[in-house]
Amino acid sequence: MAELRLKSSRFRAEREADWRRLESLLSRAERNAAGLSDEDLLAAPLLYRSALSSLSVARATSLDQSLVDYLESLSTRAYFFIYGARARVTERIAQFFARDWPDAAKALWRETLVCFLLMVLGIAVGLILCLRDPDWFAAFVPAQLIQGRGPAASAAALRATLFSSGHGHQEWLTTFATYLFTHNASVALMAFALGFALCAPTAMLVTANGLTMGAFTAVFISHGLGVEAVGWLMIHGVTENFAITLAGAAGMRIGWSLAFPGERTRLDAAAAAGRGASIVMGGVLVMLFCAGLLEGIGRQVIQVTWIRYAIGLGTGVLWLAYLYGPRAIRRRTALG
Amino acid sequence: MAKVAKVRTRPTRPSQPASPERHLITPEGVDLRLTLASAGERAGAFLIDIAILAGSLIVFTIVAALAAIGAKGQGAPFIAAIWLIGAFVLRNLYFILFELTPRAATPGKRILGLRVAARNGGRLTADAIFGRNAMRELEVFLPLTFLLVQAGAIDAWISLMGLIWSGVFLLLPVFNRDRLRAGDIAAGTWVVKAPKRKLLPDLAERDLTPSRVIQFTPDQLDAYGIKELHVLEDVLRRYESKTVKAVAERIRGKIGWPEGSGEGDGEFLDAYYRALRGRLESRLLFGRRRIDKFDRDEGA
Repeated sequence: MAELRLKSSRFRAEREADWRRLESLLSRAERNAAGLSDEDLLAAPLLYRSALSSLSVARATSLDQSLVDYLESLSTRAYFFIYGARARVTERIAQFFARDWPDAAKALWRETLVCFLLMVLGIAVGLILCLRDPDWFAAFVPAQLIQGRGPAASAAALRATLFSSGHGHQEWLTTFATYLFTHNASVALMAFALGFALCAPTAMLVTANGLTMGAFTAVFISHGLGVEAVGWLMIHGVTENFAITLAGAAGMRIGWSLAFPGERTRLDAAAAAGRGASIVMGGVLVMLFCAGLLEGIGRQVIQVTWIRYAIGLGTGVLWLAYLYGPRAIRRRTALG
Repeated sequence: MAKVAKVRTRPTRPSQPASPERHLITPEGVDLRLTLASAGERAGAFLIDIAILAGSLIVFTIVAALAAIGAKGQGAPFIAAIWLIGAFVLRNLYFILFELTPRAATPGKRILGLRVAARNGGRLTADAIFGRNAMRELEVFLPLTFLLVQAGAIDAWISLMGLIWSGVFLLLPVFNRDRLRAGDIAAGTWVVKAPKRKLLPDLAERDLTPSRVIQFTPDQLDAYGIKELHVLEDVLRRYESKTVKAVAERIRGKIGWPEGSGEGDGEFLDAYYRALRGRLESRLLFGRRRIDKFDRDEGA
């Protein structure tokens, strides 16, 4: 009784095998994209287009609701697979270091400058206020950071914090470096995320970070240890504060584009700003990892002040040259 | 693949501003009609993820503690470093790594059938995933720090203010049409439903040899439209005998079916479904989509 069969049923019977094949292919791809055979990869776009065309036909001619729902879900899954990101991880990482990160950082130069100036302002204010009146110290430095380095400490005690004496703690250096990395990464992520709240909290955080550094330095200067203290800060601080400055800049860009989207809609402007800002944040984590190594290991192993200065300045020059230095103009390959 | 899908962020039907359906037109020109995840589903997925995160952190800590005891303090610094890195990775990379997989969803989202997608219909890039999850610092961890702070009276007021302020970011998805959280806004993403549906058997193909042929007149078939057909489909798929009986009686009454014709309720509904679908589909081919029973032909 073939004539009793509905047209939509016959349509379904003819195409069903293709849909099933696409479904099983997608299930395998979602589990492990690398596990697809060449044959599967060649078939995927064809099956996807045939599913899409089935969907159009089914919407126009079939009143089987479950069939239309199934095809919608299948086509959507296939769409996300076909047009999803599929760059190889190694290629993606290479491109990130070669081009994306420096480009994104360069695009943020204005915000970076603002953050840098805010930090310098914080350092200057912290330094001047604490030199005049040591009572300011408690206001600027969180209690858990002091660790016996307050204004009341003796010069000898302060010197001891700058240069580790024995070898007793050597084995804990990696642990210490790891702790510093995770702590600083959290600070940087916070500086970034706070930018969303229209920049102001990020500006405060960056300035407060500067105030703390200024207050610390003031204590050491008042005990005649200024040069050594700056070296102690600089060996890792250049990298670390550069990273926090960049993170703040990335956050500010997002907050700024939300507040002043220009001709685009607020959402579009924020999404466009967020793209570059996220790339910069990826780089920030890399920088903080380096800073953690320098701080946890480099600072404990290297006890000579002038070498600390050299390393601090050297890393600063390297980062600047890498991020902002001129590079050969390469033709951008299309992203597809 | 230079072409990018077009997305209209307006709801499908302007008369229903809260409709969760959005157009996503593929480069091939087919509208995929995405459905946005509701705020409740988002919260549910997040809670599942947090439970998994907390659970694995506890297990990880116990394992690290046992390892430290087992090593009798020999490798303690190393184990502590591993623990610090592990906790950091769990907290910050859990969401990122899961969303980087082809299904673009954390386990919580997977369980609820959700996935992350780029709002412009294009590729979901690694940068976008990184950005949307870095914002969690603001949405989750900042309110938590205000919540957990222990302070005197004045500081408590300050932290309450801070909690309210940061709560704005936490509750952002409730206050916008597209259910975007701060991370979605900054990364240009949204969360959509991507359920896996099974292909159910075709009801019109079921049981092709009925005990007797039940015929309907065109008038009897004109009693209903597509909406009722879909309800009938639903009834037949569930097949609860009570509902089947009630629906069959209702339809018999509506179309004036002669009493005592002797066929079973299920048999009758099956036949009516097939006949109604056949009639509505053949009229669909002629460009007439009868939405529901109130949708009468002009002049008919």
